[in-house]
Amino acid sequence: MTDFGKDVRLWFAPQRVREEGETPDYRFSLANERTFLAWIRTALALVGGGFAVDQFLPDLRWGVRVGMALALLAVGAACALRAVNHWVRCERAMRRGEDLPLSRFPVVLSLGVGLVAVAMMVIVLMGWTNGR
Amino acid sequence: MSPREPATPDTGAGSGRNAGGGPGAGSGRGVGGAGGAARDPGLQPERTRLAWRRTTLTCAITAVLAVRGAVHGPGTATDVAGTAFIVLLWLAFLGLAHVRIRALAAARPAPLAPRAALGATVCVLALAGFAVAVIL
Repeated sequence: MTDFGKDVRLWFAPQRVREEGETPDYRFSLANERTFLAWIRTALALVGGGFAVDQFLPDLRWGVRVGMALALLAVGAACALRAVNHWVRCERAMRRGEDLPLSRFPVVLSLGVGLVAVAMMVIVLMGWTNGR
Repeated sequence: MSPREPATPDTGAGSGRNAGGGPGAGSGRGVGGAGGAARDPGLQPERTRLAWRRTTLTCAITAVLAVRGAVHGPGTATDVAGTAFIVLLWLAFLGLAHVRIRALAAARPAPLAPRAALGATVCVLALAGFAVAVIL
């Protein structure tokens, strides 16, 4: 948790990232930037999914619909935060010449999205909708 | 449009010699410290620029969904305020991407500023927060 605090402070202090180590080849930085953007897109897609569940599944019960939408939105927000955090950590690791940080997040995200998909299927197959 | 031109080999070699000879820091660990300065086979700035474009497009789609969710029938004050908020949010992201794309036109683009990364994240978080407000 203290590590995370340190990372958060780095988000707001750009010059402190630059102070450490040496500037890596610009291509590595750009690759890191693209990875960051890919995660941001994932986060945007999840947030969009939250909107979509709310708007395009009016037949679902209110609780199910809102719960599903909120779950997607929460995962999307977590994804965005993780994107910037991982970007800062990778940037710093490259400057210091260390190994890139490992992360459990992709597994957690996959399991979460899989779970939502399965829940969705079960709800539709069991006919737990308002059934108009 | 000129932003694309500096990436051509001639210009790249000129400023590449500058960057490679000056600090000499990146050449030790980098893939193409000095030798690869003349040419960038991976077209990294181009790919990064397209990544920003894709992300802006995704942001636009999410923003459209957000407006669609916020507006119900004839425009009330809340609807207008919500729409204005989303449009401003999208414009902020567009501006962010635009500034970065301009910076990528350099022969050796500087790394992304943490402030820009944070700004993009804040845009996504604001969209998520807006969604929660709309849904509940």
